[in-house]
Amino acid sequence: MNYFEHVGKYFLMLKQVFKKPQKWSVFREMLFREIEDLGLKSLGIVMFISFFVGGVVAIQTALSVDSPFIPKYLIGFATKRSVILEFAPTFMSVILAGKVGSYITSSIGTMRVTEQIDALEVMGINSLNYLVLPKIIAVLFFYPLLILLAMFLGVYGGYAAGILTDLFFAEDYIYGVQLDFNPYFIKYALTKTLVFAFVIATIPSYHGYYVKGGSLEVGRASTQAVVWTSIVIILLNYFLTQMLLG
Amino acid sequence: MIEVENLYKEFNGQPVLKGISTAFEKGKTSMIIGQSGSGKTVFLKCLLGLHLPDKGIISFDGRKHTELEIKDRRQLRQEIGMVFQGGALYDSLTVEENIMFSLKMFTDQSNNEMLDRVNFVLNRVNLNNANNKFPAQLSGGMQKRVAIARAIVMNPKYLFCDEPNSGLDPNTAMVIDNLIQEITKEYDIITVINSHDMNSVMEIGEKIIFLKDGVKAWEGSNKEMFKTDNEAVVDFVYSSNLFRKVREVYLNEKKQ
Repeated sequence: MNYFEHVGKYFLMLKQVFKKPQKWSVFREMLFREIEDLGLKSLGIVMFISFFVGGVVAIQTALSVDSPFIPKYLIGFATKRSVILEFAPTFMSVILAGKVGSYITSSIGTMRVTEQIDALEVMGINSLNYLVLPKIIAVLFFYPLLILLAMFLGVYGGYAAGILTDLFFAEDYIYGVQLDFNPYFIKYALTKTLVFAFVIATIPSYHGYYVKGGSLEVGRASTQAVVWTSIVIILLNYFLTQMLLG
Repeated sequence: MIEVENLYKEFNGQPVLKGISTAFEKGKTSMIIGQSGSGKTVFLKCLLGLHLPDKGIISFDGRKHTELEIKDRRQLRQEIGMVFQGGALYDSLTVEENIMFSLKMFTDQSNNEMLDRVNFVLNRVNLNNANNKFPAQLSGGMQKRVAIARAIVMNPKYLFCDEPNSGLDPNTAMVIDNLIQEITKEYDIITVINSHDMNSVMEIGEKIIFLKDGVKAWEGSNKEMFKTDNEAVVDFVYSSNLFRKVREVYLNEKKQ
C-alpha cells in the first residue's frame, strides 16, 4: 500500500471515529480509564525528564556564557524560552509518542489479532468510535496540563541546577525568567500541544487497528507507529512554528 | 431461519466462496466442516457481517443482511451471539465486566439487574466464583465458558461458534459441545458452528455442511454422514483409522 492510500485510510478511519458514542455512560467510563492510562501514568516520566532537562539546559547555557559582558540573567531567560517554546511542547510530545504511542498501537493491535475487535463489531458496536474517540478526548484534555507541568518543572529544574552547581545566582535566574515574558508563547506552545496530542492518539490507533497477523506484526506496527508519529510531530512543528511565530 | 443464496466472496481476485446456498434452522445445531483453506472461516465471517459478500444473499428471518441500513444491521447484530476461537474476551475487563459489557451498551438495566443476569448466565455455563477474575487467570475451558456466557447474555436468536473446542482436552470439549447443544434447544436458537473436531461433528451435528475449495460439497445430518459414499466427505471425515473402523462397524451392523 502506498503512502497516499495510508493517508486516505487514516482519514476514513477518523470519519468513523467522530461519530456520536453509542452510550454516554460507557463512553464516560472509557474516557476516565484512558485519562488514567494515557495521562496520569505518564506524569512520572514527564516530571522526571522535564526537571532534569531544564537543569541541563541551564547548566549548558551557564557554561557557554563565560564572557563578563553577557549578563547572567540571560541564563534564566534562555532556559525559559527553550523550555516553553520547544522543549515542553515538542520534545515532550516526541517522548510521549514513544511511550503512549507504542502503548496505544500494541493494545489496539492485540485486540485486533485476538479477535476482540471482531467481537465488538459482531455485537453491533462501532469499534473505532468506542476505542479511539475516548483516547483522543483524553489526550486533548490532559496533555496541555502535562505540558504546563513540564514547563514549570523545566524552568524549576534550571533554578535547582543553579543552586546546586553555583554556576549562577538564583536572583539572576529568577530575573531572567521574568524578563520579557510574553503570554503568547504559552498560547503557541499549547496550540502545538493540542495538535501533537491529536497526532499521538490517532496515528498509533491507525497502526494498531489495521494490523494483520500475530504478535510479531503488532510489535512491528508499534515501532512504525512511533516512527511515523515522531516524523509527523517534527514536520508539523516546523509548519506550526512558521505559521504561529513567523 | 438463516438462508444463504448463491454466496460469492473473493480476495484479491482469488475466489474463496463460489456460490454457496444453504439454510440453518431454529433449534438445531448446524456445523460447517472442511479442510483448512476451504472457506469455512470466510463463510462464517460473511454470515456475521464481518465480510461483505461480493454476490449472493444472506437473510436472517427474512431480513436481508446485505441490504440493511447500517443502523438496522447494528440492530441485527445485537441479536447475534458469537463464540470466537480464542474466546476474544476483553483482557482488561474481569469475567463479570466482559459478560456485562453488552448489557451496559444496549440496555437500560440497573446495576443489580445486570449483575443478576450475569450470575444467571455464569451459572448456566457452570462457572461460579469467577466473577472477579481476569481472562488471563482462567483455563482454556473456563475462557470458552465465559465466551459462551457472554454470547448468550443478550438472549440471542442466532449463535455462532468458531472452533469452540480448539485447544481443549476431549473431556472439556465434550462438556462445551453439550453445553452449546443444550443452550440451542433450551432457547430455541439457530446455532452454527465452524469445526474441525470430528467428535463434535458426530456428537452434536444435526446438520452438517462440508465445504471443499469454496464449494458446498455435501450437506446432511451426522447420521447420514456415516452412510454417505461422497468421496470427498469420506476422505476428510474418515481420514483417521479410528473413524474408518467405527464407520465400518456401523455400516456392517446396518447390513446385518
